[in-house]
Amino acid sequence: MHPRMGTQAWGPQNARVPSRTMQYTAAAPEITADRALSSRSWSRAFGDLRAGWQQRRLWGHLGWQDIRQGYRRSVIGPLWITISLGVQALGMGLLYAALFGQPIAFFLPYLAVGLIIWQFMASCINEGAEVFIRNEGLIKHLPAPLSVHVFRLVWRQLLFFGHNVLVWAALVVIFRTHLGWGSLMALPALAVIVLNGAWVAILIGIIATRYRDIPPVTTSVVTLMFFMTPIVWNYQDLISKGGPGAQRARLAELNPFLHFVEILRRPMIGQSFEPRHWVVTLAITVVGWAAALLILRNYRARVSYWV
Amino acid sequence: MVSIDVCGACVNFPIFDAKTRSLKKALLGTVGRAGGKIGMDAKVPVIEALRDITLSLRHGDRVGLIGHNGAGKSTLLRLLSGIYEPTMGVSRIVGKVAPVFDLGVGMDPEISGYENIIIRGLFLGMTRKQMEARTEEIAEFSELGDYLSMPLRTYSTGMRVRLALGVVTSIDPEILLLDEGIGAVDAAFLEKARERLTALVERSGILVFASHSDEFLLELCSSGLWLDHGQIREQGDLRTVLSHYKGKDPYENLSPEALTRVAEATR
Repeated sequence: MHPRMGTQAWGPQNARVPSRTMQYTAAAPEITADRALSSRSWSRAFGDLRAGWQQRRLWGHLGWQDIRQGYRRSVIGPLWITISLGVQALGMGLLYAALFGQPIAFFLPYLAVGLIIWQFMASCINEGAEVFIRNEGLIKHLPAPLSVHVFRLVWRQLLFFGHNVLVWAALVVIFRTHLGWGSLMALPALAVIVLNGAWVAILIGIIATRYRDIPPVTTSVVTLMFFMTPIVWNYQDLISKGGPGAQRARLAELNPFLHFVEILRRPMIGQSFEPRHWVVTLAITVVGWAAALLILRNYRARVSYWV
Repeated sequence: MVSIDVCGACVNFPIFDAKTRSLKKALLGTVGRAGGKIGMDAKVPVIEALRDITLSLRHGDRVGLIGHNGAGKSTLLRLLSGIYEPTMGVSRIVGKVAPVFDLGVGMDPEISGYENIIIRGLFLGMTRKQMEARTEEIAEFSELGDYLSMPLRTYSTGMRVRLALGVVTSIDPEILLLDEGIGAVDAAFLEKARERLTALVERSGILVFASHSDEFLLELCSSGLWLDHGQIREQGDLRTVLSHYKGKDPYENLSPEALTRVAEATR
């Protein structure tokens, strides 16, 4: 391989339209044999995630920016996130507690926490479906790993969650909810939910760049699942009441969202630890990541073409 | 050491319209094939933007990319930066790429000039500390003064370009890819920017610069790559390739100041 100096001519071709069997320069044959250069490889898929994590200063900053963005020139600023959730929880809580005859001291925190968790999950899924479509400009201008956009989304939702948690804190104080050591399980539960938010965004996001029907379908399904998940209704109560209602309520256990909500909600409102929810959520985490990694491996390089 | 190796690369863009993007139509298409076509061709038309691209760039290469509009220069730059991975063939990029296709990408109109400097730098692969160290020289270069504390939306287009140019020319790129737009600044500022641009290029490991301006190309680059309809038509010494492309020696059209600058650059 001859060294290339700035002012010397380089390359064997000159003033000639190259034919199909072009003469390759010395470097070329060795790179065609290099399997690791293939776009569809596990090393590239994991490399994408690794590189995305390494850019955490960038997406960390951008995530904060996204939050401050919505509240420029406002006095209360991001606290509006908390206030609006608080108002929603209060309104729904008082109404449904009266309708279903639930004690306010239990139901209001139950509902508020359910809403906070749902907000996080639903946003990760709905915005995850559009994450690459929304970032088309950046994807086509910057050679950034795809995971940067996903991490930014999840981080932003985590920040929203952090704001909303103030509502829960307020309710715990007001109703003097008893939180034992078991409540510390909330932290690993949150970590599990965050992990799942990421794979969902990767999986659905990539497919959605190819099939643009996916985002609206996702939104509809998520809206439907909100009602199928015991957030505004207390399924344990229905089960304990017995009868046919209990049987139908037990069907709710088939809903994966229930398990995710429960692993975080139970410690936050001082309820006992239920291992079966953890089993389901951890299984979903593993299977989900496997699927997302497969899609990432196969279609990572296509996203910039599809978007 | 930085390097870019591309071998037999092709870049084909699928053209999606409403029909081929629809999941419903894709599913119905497969069902219909069993019993007979449902009156729609499921094949997606493709644009072959680049064909059979083979090149090797090493540290010290300064390549000027020339060609008519639509030849594929911007696409080739994106291939070299890693934004598009080749649909056929292979490419290997070693080193950090600083693509400058759009001066202001990632800049946020709602935040101040100072914060935008940081963000733009982060997008270009610098760290926050590095950008903070450079903020003062960028502020001085852009001559924006107190405006730097104001949100970007209060700036005129010229001011935004000055700020963006200031940030972009302050980085230490291993591989620098410039697309034509960077030359589009007002003449008075161009003088000041020229020096910084030259310094930036000297700091870069590899430069690939797509431009229609002979002056800029001759000043900054030494090799030329002529792209025609997605294929490499010619590679070699810049002046030679430009002569073939233009049909006459590019030195004929340069002003005396430009000639001296070019002479200095090629010294």
